[in-house]
Amino acid sequence: MLPKETYDLLVATFGEIVSDFTEGSGIKDPFCRVKPERLLEVMRTLRDHPALQFDFLESITAVDWPKSSEIQLVYHLFSYPLRHDFVLKVTLGREAPNVASLAALWDSADWLEREQYDLMGVVFAGHPDLRRLLLPEDWDGHPLRKDYRQPAEYRGMRTTRPSPLDLLPAFDAHNRAQQATTKGDEK
Amino acid sequence: MSEIVLATPAGEEMILNMGPHHPSTHGVLRFIVRTDGEVMSEAKPDVGYLHRAIEKICEGMTYEAFMPYTDRIDYVAAMPANHCWALTVEKLVGAPVPPRAEYLRIITDELNRISSHHIMLGAHAMDLGAVTVFPWLLREREMVNDLLEELCGARLTYNYHRIGGVAVDMPAGWPDKVMRFVDRHGPILDELDRLISGNEIFVKRNRGVAVVTAAEARSYGMVGPNARASGVDYDLRRDAPYGLYAKVLAGLEQKGTPFEVAVGRDALGVTGDCWNRFYVRVEECRQSLKLVREALAQIQETPAGEFWTPPKKIRPKGEALGRVEAARGWMSCYVVATGEKTPYRAHFRTGSFTSMAVVRAKSRGLMVADLVALIASLDVIAPEIDR
Repeated sequence: MLPKETYDLLVATFGEIVSDFTEGSGIKDPFCRVKPERLLEVMRTLRDHPALQFDFLESITAVDWPKSSEIQLVYHLFSYPLRHDFVLKVTLGREAPNVASLAALWDSADWLEREQYDLMGVVFAGHPDLRRLLLPEDWDGHPLRKDYRQPAEYRGMRTTRPSPLDLLPAFDAHNRAQQATTKGDEK
Repeated sequence: MSEIVLATPAGEEMILNMGPHHPSTHGVLRFIVRTDGEVMSEAKPDVGYLHRAIEKICEGMTYEAFMPYTDRIDYVAAMPANHCWALTVEKLVGAPVPPRAEYLRIITDELNRISSHHIMLGAHAMDLGAVTVFPWLLREREMVNDLLEELCGARLTYNYHRIGGVAVDMPAGWPDKVMRFVDRHGPILDELDRLISGNEIFVKRNRGVAVVTAAEARSYGMVGPNARASGVDYDLRRDAPYGLYAKVLAGLEQKGTPFEVAVGRDALGVTGDCWNRFYVRVEECRQSLKLVREALAQIQETPAGEFWTPPKKIRPKGEALGRVEAARGWMSCYVVATGEKTPYRAHFRTGSFTSMAVVRAKSRGLMVADLVALIASLDVIAPEIDR
């Protein structure tokens, strides 16, 4: 099924919950928008409808848009039996992004959502085990946010180290001084 | 993390920490194992030790400059990761790729797949106590490394792909050397079967261990050889061919030696068990040899020297999802571009990431020693999980 047909089917079922089918000019994979309130139902239909059968949740990506104070979640779906794919976007407020977890529908959502929670700070309501995945549990902030500033230290360890290029002049000077002394000795 | 360590085990259970430096955990991985004697009630993976924030780094540099970083996503099979990035950006920009480059991409991807599977097959056997296989396969892997080194100068992190092509053309005499390797390697794989695949102890150690059904594999988002071992008959190279794979596959079909997607079956092992995950990769090596042979035959018809058409300006606007069949399965790269020199957001979904998530569910009721078999058979690579 083409993405447009999938979209039409969703609109027929959910009305204005699903909207803005977008394709062409730079958008290489057409997508549509879903309102977060009924995301779980829309996703369940996508998974279970005999004409859709999206049994593979390929990826979840959160994109931060500070200018419009939004966080967009992008869901990529694929169907093994029907060999078609579909992209959905959910727009959330940037201050407290909160959306239903899909872990009950696809097991893969467990880690995919934890990753986005960890790096982007999106809270997935109903997730069985929403903890940081990649960063330490006590890390501050969500690094993939556009306004994230890396802390200078983590538990007393510096997070940056001087560039070797900055150290080079001192290193050179030291070497030259050494060479000069060895030459002096030879004489 | 802290929550797990502090939890009081029930009854006779104890909590065992495995890693993060256990040698059989394939990079820096850690498992928190709850066990009653030898039988685990759960093994929780704790990942992130190799997190380098590659997606954040990507936002700070140009599309071209990010290429060497993709090597570090999966350093055992860097070529397909290169390919994934190049493919996605080319899709975004609409950049054409000369046929010679497409063939070189196929040849290098497949050679790299073979050398990556060498590591997996050897490590899997070694983790279960058969030490011979690993150095024996490393010898073969060295040959692939030599070939790739001669082509692009690097043995591990190739940085070979470019937006719109590849970095360099084949050196003189290189195709013959590749053919020599391909001719040699077929019999080696048969020897591997006699050495380990059909070995009684090895089969007993893997048969029926940690069986993942096809439905579970799809739900957990397992991809590539791991999903195919469970009977998910899907391979991007055949079912959604990118580059010139369709042409190479057609060429093989014509010659009467069609490309066959290796799928797990009830033979020495049970569909979806550790043995099938092992053997699917042996079969994949055989198929990759076919692809290399055919691509090498077809590349002779392309003009030498036309290996790269760099796009004039890479300032795309829009978004795209690129997919390649990497050594650890279907790798997706999603890029959002806003017309700047740098990507606005890039996200990689890799095979190891989703495979690792299955460990917790599959570890229930497994022996501690079998956890090692499970991890080895999933062929997870820590940098690919953590990025």
